[in-house]
Amino acid sequence: MEPVATTFFFYLLSGLAILSGVLVITRKNPVHSALALILTLLCLAGLYLMLYAPFVAGVQIILYVGGIMVLFLFVIMLVNLERSQKEKQFNQQWVPGILAAVALGALFVTIYIKGDALFVRPEMRFPEAENTQQVGQMLYSNYMFPFEIASLLLLVAIIGAVVMAKKRI
Amino acid sequence: MPSFITSYLDKNIHVTPGQYGSPFWALVYILVVFGGVSLAVVCMNWLERKILAHMQIRLGPMRVGPHGLLQPIADAIKLILKEDIIPEGADRFVFWIAPMIILLAVFSVYTVVPFGPTHAITDMNIGILFMLGVSSLGVLGIVMAGWASNSHYPLLGALRSSAQMVSYEVAMGLAVISAVLMTSLNAEGTGTLSMIGIVQAQYAQHVWFIFKFFPLGLIAFFIFAVAMVAETNRAPFDLPEAESELTAGFHTEYSGLRWSLFMLGEYAAMIAVSSIAITLWLGGWMRPFPNLLSGPTWDLAFSFFPALTFFGLAGMTFYSTMRMPKHSYFRVQTIGLGAFGAVFALIGLILLLPGVNGRVQDIYWFIFKIAVFMYLYIWYRGTFPRYRFDQLMKVGWKILLPMGIGVLMLTGIVALRTELWDFMHEAIRRLVHV
Repeated sequence: MEPVATTFFFYLLSGLAILSGVLVITRKNPVHSALALILTLLCLAGLYLMLYAPFVAGVQIILYVGGIMVLFLFVIMLVNLERSQKEKQFNQQWVPGILAAVALGALFVTIYIKGDALFVRPEMRFPEAENTQQVGQMLYSNYMFPFEIASLLLLVAIIGAVVMAKKRI
Repeated sequence: MPSFITSYLDKNIHVTPGQYGSPFWALVYILVVFGGVSLAVVCMNWLERKILAHMQIRLGPMRVGPHGLLQPIADAIKLILKEDIIPEGADRFVFWIAPMIILLAVFSVYTVVPFGPTHAITDMNIGILFMLGVSSLGVLGIVMAGWASNSHYPLLGALRSSAQMVSYEVAMGLAVISAVLMTSLNAEGTGTLSMIGIVQAQYAQHVWFIFKFFPLGLIAFFIFAVAMVAETNRAPFDLPEAESELTAGFHTEYSGLRWSLFMLGEYAAMIAVSSIAITLWLGGWMRPFPNLLSGPTWDLAFSFFPALTFFGLAGMTFYSTMRMPKHSYFRVQTIGLGAFGAVFALIGLILLLPGVNGRVQDIYWFIFKIAVFMYLYIWYRGTFPRYRFDQLMKVGWKILLPMGIGVLMLTGIVALRTELWDFMHEAIRRLVHV
């Protein structure tokens, strides 16, 4: 079967991701920003699919788009939008901004020119169909310790949220 | 005929068009599934009113066509012709795009619904994750619709809806994981997330997962069955559109065609989540007892079921035709009902043809199971009173979620019981020797 993941799709997805990423910061209305962010996250899921990582793409949609962004919208809808419309959207710190942009641009140009020499060209170690199984096995063997630390961190965050939200425990 | 049409028709091909890589046949399947689901939604519209009416000892729609059979068409015409109102101060773009997002999310889910081992648009190795993820996009549409209307009832409805869906997705996910865990109980010890793979695992293990590790599978199925009613915003969990409190909830400000898109999305979502439940726990496209009652004789016996169903429907229709009033005013309606019965009988006859018969078996059983679920949905609506919002949250977080975690852990323990037993045996032996 011919690969569907062509260069065209890569440029389409990354172009859309960049465009909606710009929209996130330029829209005045926070709800529109959140919607643009959702589009960015969906494009990233598509890029993960192109990297032959279907499991990561599925989890990206379930967690970020279906879970976190819904909570984002939930909170934004309760905020008084009238006031945020009048607030100044960008600050005037031109010098640090230009410096950061130049540094990032230089990094991109370097990688574009000398990327092949700097990085090892990745080879696909596992077929696409085994992606989920491999992620599971890695999490429970090689990366057991970081995985457990991350889950402990989340547990602490949950308890912290409950402690802050509840007056009387 | 060109080769891109004929190549997939080879008898040796036993994969879906998506896996085979045939865009033409994939498109045909997409159109068939889209049309079929839309037709099913129209039928559900009529059936729901009729069944609810009969449960409440009413007649339901009776005026448009015999027994109100043409009522859905009349409704569709009314909705299309109605004025399309966008309220003052609404966010026009978001208001416009919200119903589209719901429809897009719901119909994308059907890409992986397995109506049969080859009768699916495609099979993905993350099938169930894809279904859960994409169907969770529907809540975005509801939230956007509620917010964009710039009105109080829709906003409250949208807030309720997002809280409800996010809470019940957790319990739903845990129930699904315990079923996926069961697929890994084979020689290789690797499970699958592919929808077709899950049904094949049930075939290989000679049991529907609802009966596996009784009662663990049953409890997981129960959790999913409750959560899926909450996910689709249906009674008794229809708080986002509770009529007595919120007029019509998140779609209060919608009218005409846009409103009908919401309805289409709701019913299509009901069919989609039912098909997840059927695939995971009720054996998907398999007929009852595919292993126990196997062999050509039983195959032949079960192959009559599709035709028998349609003959039964035709018989019921003819019976009603005979009971129509004999007055000349009802003549056209009586003839129409008779013709409707004749169509059912004709479909039944076509399903008896040997070439057709073998191919529709799996589709028939899958749709039969969906029909049972749809009837249950209507039955719930006719039976249960609506939950209060705090009760809803309590059921979700304090009952279903702990149950889901418990079932998941117990499933794991039971699945690995021999390994665990050996491990403990070894541990005790070493302790004693020390």
